[in-house]
Amino acid sequence: MRTFANFILKEIYHITRDWRSLLVLICIPVIQLFLFGYAIRTELNEAEIGIIDRSKDYITQEITNKLISSGYFKLNAYVENEKQIEHLFKNGTVKEVIIFEPHFATKLEKEGKASVMLIADASNPNIATLVTSYTSSIIRTYQLELNSKSIKANTIIIPEVKMLFNPELKSVFMFVPGLIALILMLVSALMTSITITREKEMGSMEVLLVSPLKPQMIVIGKVVPYVVISFFNSMTVLALSILIFRIPFEGSFLLFTLESILFIITALSLGILISTIANSQLVAMIMSLGGLLMPSVLLSGFIYPVENMPLILQWLSYLIPAKWFLIILKGIMLKGLGIEHLWKETLILMGMAIFFLAVSTRKLKIRLE
Amino acid sequence: MNNNKKVIEVTNLTRKFGKFTAVDSISFDVYEGEIFGFLGANGAGKTTAIKMLIGLLAPTSGKATVAGCDVYKQSEQIKKSIGYMSQKFSLYEDLTIAENISFYAGIYGLTDGQISEKTDLLLKKLNLENSRNELIKSLPLGWKQKLAFSVAIIHGPSIVFLDEPTGGVDPITRRQFWNLIYEAADNKKTIFVTTHYMDEAEYCDRVSIMVDGKIEALDSPTNLKSKYDSYTMNDVFIQLARKNQVQG
Repeated sequence: MRTFANFILKEIYHITRDWRSLLVLICIPVIQLFLFGYAIRTELNEAEIGIIDRSKDYITQEITNKLISSGYFKLNAYVENEKQIEHLFKNGTVKEVIIFEPHFATKLEKEGKASVMLIADASNPNIATLVTSYTSSIIRTYQLELNSKSIKANTIIIPEVKMLFNPELKSVFMFVPGLIALILMLVSALMTSITITREKEMGSMEVLLVSPLKPQMIVIGKVVPYVVISFFNSMTVLALSILIFRIPFEGSFLLFTLESILFIITALSLGILISTIANSQLVAMIMSLGGLLMPSVLLSGFIYPVENMPLILQWLSYLIPAKWFLIILKGIMLKGLGIEHLWKETLILMGMAIFFLAVSTRKLKIRLE
Repeated sequence: MNNNKKVIEVTNLTRKFGKFTAVDSISFDVYEGEIFGFLGANGAGKTTAIKMLIGLLAPTSGKATVAGCDVYKQSEQIKKSIGYMSQKFSLYEDLTIAENISFYAGIYGLTDGQISEKTDLLLKKLNLENSRNELIKSLPLGWKQKLAFSVAIIHGPSIVFLDEPTGGVDPITRRQFWNLIYEAADNKKTIFVTTHYMDEAEYCDRVSIMVDGKIEALDSPTNLKSKYDSYTMNDVFIQLARKNQVQG
């Protein structure tokens, strides 16, 4: 045990002496969190709009107020004529222009209908779709209010869409669990595969293997500090996302911790597996980035929903540990699910952990003896 | 080396990688306190042979014992009684001299008291007392090599395996390095050394020359030179390697 402590101490020297890498290791998760939290958003936040109001009556005024008070839109300018629209879009300041036809209120009262035109800058199709659907949804809500106030009940049924678990459709809620999975994968798999291959590259691995230390001990000794770091990282991300992004944490913290440890073990065994194959740090890095991180980002449902992918990719995604971990994390954090609902995913993850651990220790023995 | 106690016994040791035979049925004995030179061109099978003896590689067939222990079954015991320094440099660059010493001493199970005692002794011997807290990467290569050797024998092994320990080092430092080897041999340690430098072969008590996986010659440098009618070990080596090339 003393020998083992000695080994860990040496590993801690390695990590702390190289303070630049340590800084990167600790800062990257935080930077990623802010990037994903603020920069990459799929919801609207004060999108600037222009309005051409040819009616200027109380109803168009009310609709405008509703739009602006929703928090999704910000009024950039009242536009006088349609010729200015193109100019506004070209400047890129305005995402959408709303045109109310003349005599809007009177038409609505007498004919029961009035039209409003939404023009969006579709050079960014995603934003254009979002902007128009948010706008029409707000107008629809307003229409409902009007109907309920009027004496003759309107029979048009308007479907009401309700977003559960993430009512405001905040994308950061989706990113945080994915980010935790990504960070654990990055630090556990990438860093362990690099640190083990570094010993191989330097020739010190041979010397260690000739010593009475058991190969398993060497690997565990090298891996333990990184487990601590990656666990610390996931806790930082979790704390920041709760404090700053107000992400809900509905479920059990204990379950979250246990599932994270399970995922860390899976990622570590993958890292060890890579280090038994790769003979240089560079190869180890390419293998972990290309072979583990990319699939984890693309196929886990972290950014792109797996359900929309071709069938082959969907099958492939079943092999990605991060996919199952993500389902578990989202379940715990957003829905407050317990193990009784997540046992299937946990079992799959556990199976993967055992499989990769068995293969990597087997590989290790073959390589070393 | 007036001692007939065998510490390494090798009989028909063979290692194959697929169809390629890297080490082809070699046999030799090494005696206690001897400096045994293990020579051969690149790819002759030296490193494979060493790896089998120190327990990094399992032999395909044949017999071998190191310090009285069987390489197949008792590799864990062997590890405790040998020291090893590889051709690639093995001290950690980002650790200080003292940290390297206590790390290697620690993995061989030395106690804290033993470690600090050995560290002081070693630093004093190498005149590095004032550099104890300097990082290894600040040392010149020659010093690193000497330190690596001292670290390799810190746990008091009876046999030391050196795989091209002096690669890339200037002649003066090489000479100093060999003084350390002699000193260890005087202390009854057996030295098993591979080298590319033929002048170093002259320093050995006996040398074996490996060509294409086989041991072509094994004797003291003096006997080998007279047998092959040469003035230097270099000539002996070239004759043996050429003979084999003509045959092949």
